[in-house]
Amino acid sequence: MSLMSNLSTSMISSSSSAFLAPTSFNSSRSQSVSVPVKSIKICKCVATPQEQQQTGLKMVLCGLFVCFEAYKTKVSRNSNIAKLQAGYLFPEVARRRAAHLLKYPNAQVISLGIGDTTEPIPDVITSAMAKRSQALSTLEGYSGYGAEQGEKALRVALASTFYSNLGIEEDDIFVSDGAKCDISRLQVVFGSNVTMAVQDPSYPAYVDSSVIMGQTGQFQKDVEKYANIEYMRCTPENGFFPDLSTVARTDIIFFCSPNNPTGAAATREQLTRLVQFAKDNGSIIVYDSAYAIYMSDDNPRSIFEIPGAKEVAIETASFSKYAGFTGVRLGWTIVPKQLLFSDGFPVAKDFNRIVCTCFNGASNIAQAGGLACLSPEGLEAMQEVIGFYKENTKIIVETFNSLGFKVYGGKNAPYVWVHFPGRNSWDVFSEILEKTHIVTTPGSGFGPGGEGFIRVSAFGHRENVLEACRRFKQLYN
Amino acid sequence: MYKLLACCSMASGISLQPKMVQASLGVQKQGNGHCTNVPRNVNLEKLQNNYLFPEISKRELQHLDKYPSAKVISLGIGDTTEPIPEKISLSMANYAHALSTAEGYRGYGAEQGNQVLRKAIAETFYKNVLIRDQEVFVSDGSQCDISRLQLLLGSKVTIAVQDPSFPAYIDSSVIIGQAGDFQDKTGKYQNIVYMQCGPENNFFPDLTTTPRTDIIFFCSPNNPTGHAATRKQLQQLVEFARDNGSIIIFDSAYAAYITDDSPKSIFEIPGAKEVAIEISSFSKFAGFTGVRLGWTVVPEELLFSSGFPVINDFNRIVCTCFNGASNIAQAGGLACLSSEGFQRNRTTECLLENSQAICSVIDYYKENTKILVNTFASLGLKAYGGVNAPYVWVHFPGLKSWNVFSEILEKTHIITVPGSGFGPGGAEYIRVSAFGQRERIMEASWRLEKLISNEKALFNSVENKE
Repeated sequence: MSLMSNLSTSMISSSSSAFLAPTSFNSSRSQSVSVPVKSIKICKCVATPQEQQQTGLKMVLCGLFVCFEAYKTKVSRNSNIAKLQAGYLFPEVARRRAAHLLKYPNAQVISLGIGDTTEPIPDVITSAMAKRSQALSTLEGYSGYGAEQGEKALRVALASTFYSNLGIEEDDIFVSDGAKCDISRLQVVFGSNVTMAVQDPSYPAYVDSSVIMGQTGQFQKDVEKYANIEYMRCTPENGFFPDLSTVARTDIIFFCSPNNPTGAAATREQLTRLVQFAKDNGSIIVYDSAYAIYMSDDNPRSIFEIPGAKEVAIETASFSKYAGFTGVRLGWTIVPKQLLFSDGFPVAKDFNRIVCTCFNGASNIAQAGGLACLSPEGLEAMQEVIGFYKENTKIIVETFNSLGFKVYGGKNAPYVWVHFPGRNSWDVFSEILEKTHIVTTPGSGFGPGGEGFIRVSAFGHRENVLEACRRFKQLYN
Repeated sequence: MYKLLACCSMASGISLQPKMVQASLGVQKQGNGHCTNVPRNVNLEKLQNNYLFPEISKRELQHLDKYPSAKVISLGIGDTTEPIPEKISLSMANYAHALSTAEGYRGYGAEQGNQVLRKAIAETFYKNVLIRDQEVFVSDGSQCDISRLQLLLGSKVTIAVQDPSFPAYIDSSVIIGQAGDFQDKTGKYQNIVYMQCGPENNFFPDLTTTPRTDIIFFCSPNNPTGHAATRKQLQQLVEFARDNGSIIIFDSAYAAYITDDSPKSIFEIPGAKEVAIEISSFSKFAGFTGVRLGWTVVPEELLFSSGFPVINDFNRIVCTCFNGASNIAQAGGLACLSSEGFQRNRTTECLLENSQAICSVIDYYKENTKILVNTFASLGLKAYGGVNAPYVWVHFPGLKSWNVFSEILEKTHIITVPGSGFGPGGAEYIRVSAFGQRERIMEASWRLEKLISNEKALFNSVENKE
């Protein structure tokens, strides 16, 4: 048994944020923190260990040396987590970035990797959050625990802003601290005995949360897929919409549109087929609409625009990419009353139970910000920032087009999906990083269907995006 | 303040016991409504009732419907009531404003939490026990952390809880699939070990008769009993865990309420780093119940049986199933712990000695607790806790706690929490929480005095006992 081999490679937190607090601290965003570095000594001796009561270390006498073996509990590691292949994708990208900065401390690294918003939040929104914060110091304004499902005013505003005429009511809406957390809470609702399908490529949280929950088998290195997950290939050839006639039935279908990472947006016709597919198979669609506001074409923004969807779908959404709330943390999930398990039990009841037991509501300050986002002024201000990122996306698309690349996405989402036929995407990632100091995201991080692609995200200050494009042109001309 | 239950309807509120008849909730097909073919998670089916605190909220709402002009006083859900000190909320306001500037805007933070805050937590609460900042994971609160820990541990571990205990330990265990079936006869889940804690054993379980489990949830100061384990008791617990190769999950959410020299952290006990995880929260000491901020400490020394560090897997969960606590809340947390020119003389008297404003809010609640303890004592009732926690655990021998809850609610318009909501060990007890504005605490005391002295026979006070 080797303790060393059981230790994972050192993990690094994703880019650290810095506060504006008056204390002095490192405000470098590229600073990463390495998590555990164990310094256990391994003994190769064969003598009988003698227990050292006080320190709890086993003292092992071997020949002339005394070695110490660390105390271990008798609790088995969760075998589901052991199935995960590597760290979560984005911390891994962050790690590479940090390593790169160590190598080139003076490099002007530009991050078009992790889809992190960069532009300030409009005043109307932050003022509301500041106001709520200060109100917490007053008798009239102080509030303690909020409803776990979210503040009523916000739920009402979400319903009327995004779902009016779709028959979604405020009590179908559950406010959260973001889509990533909601995905895991949904997995907890579903449990380990359901099967799931994902698009391939897809946002890694769907697959990873499924593995953690115990829904999957082992990772199969030859195909780079987990057993028991149905991967629905999405490629340029099929217009990034799976051929449903070849897709096996699963209980749950994760579907993201506009898509992360490909940027593809499903048409009304496609979503109608998806809803029919789910209906025919008695499946539940978990529809991720985090990027809906980036839609330029006339495609549905909500799955509930499709008739019949309320009986087959859940929708998750987020303020992250709408309002720059990636750090503020606010999102929502819709579980229609009409969505029932096979025994007729409403899914929303179980989701509510999870929300009440495994969660305690989104931060009240963040919710005040969310409400301000949905005011007429807030909506207008958000659209301006989104327009800015959309312009970034256009610039990036034009750059890669002009360099002769096959470029996808970029029209309905802040991601550009660039094809590097025949090449390993981590190699392309590394080459771009090494030669241009630009961080992107390798397509294979999103599943085997992402191999041969690079995702370039369009969040960033305009100068950085322009500079990045200059460097791409230099590299690929 | 009470929480509004908006979404799903609950079982009929007529019966005093909140047991839900599963069948009545089961089939709710609406005419020709489509049912999916997705099976319901059997673990969720095993849950016996709604989560305790929404159930209490529901009762409060029903009561208000019945008596719309009643001045209801809530000593039920442990929800803080006093405003957050200005220094702290100003920090959060400033941070929010800064998000509108190029220099001050921040996107995704580290999922483990802001580095400065992690360091501040390590230095404020764990300086003498050498917990490193990289072992501190900032979160949006203990309730969420408990579930993330369950995701980490998976369905195949066994757990022990104190009886009574904070319901999230058991409920999350059921949800993740560890607990087995509920047994009506005992009121317990089959696979969970319930460690009885009562006055007869000084609210500390008899470990000589406790079977081994992988995980031991232990809350001190305790919710709901208010008991803070002594150093000796915690030493026994750590030794027990060590001997059994178990992991303690130590909930120290109320450590700031300790008034004697009971340990404030499990890591004060030698050897604990190799057997324990500690969870804690800003909720009850900073009034952050709505702001949402807490932390979990996973020592690097804590290893699974294979030697794999638990912290590695917890980090993976945090990176995959979570995206960090709100940056504004974290700015508030930092302000709570910041020295701001105070002396850096930390004693165990008040961990937050440097944050006078917070200490005075805690003192305020402590004074509330004293008032309530005295009230019950003067009525001849045995009231436990209240010394090291903002909860008073009142014994009503021979009476069903939901009945007492209802009687108190009906006759005095005061919300409490029935002890059996915390497990079978809570039967015959009522938990009274001490959060609230002083005048309401006084008013509540007065109403309780009137009720209990008028209805001595009903409440079977100590005078009538042997």
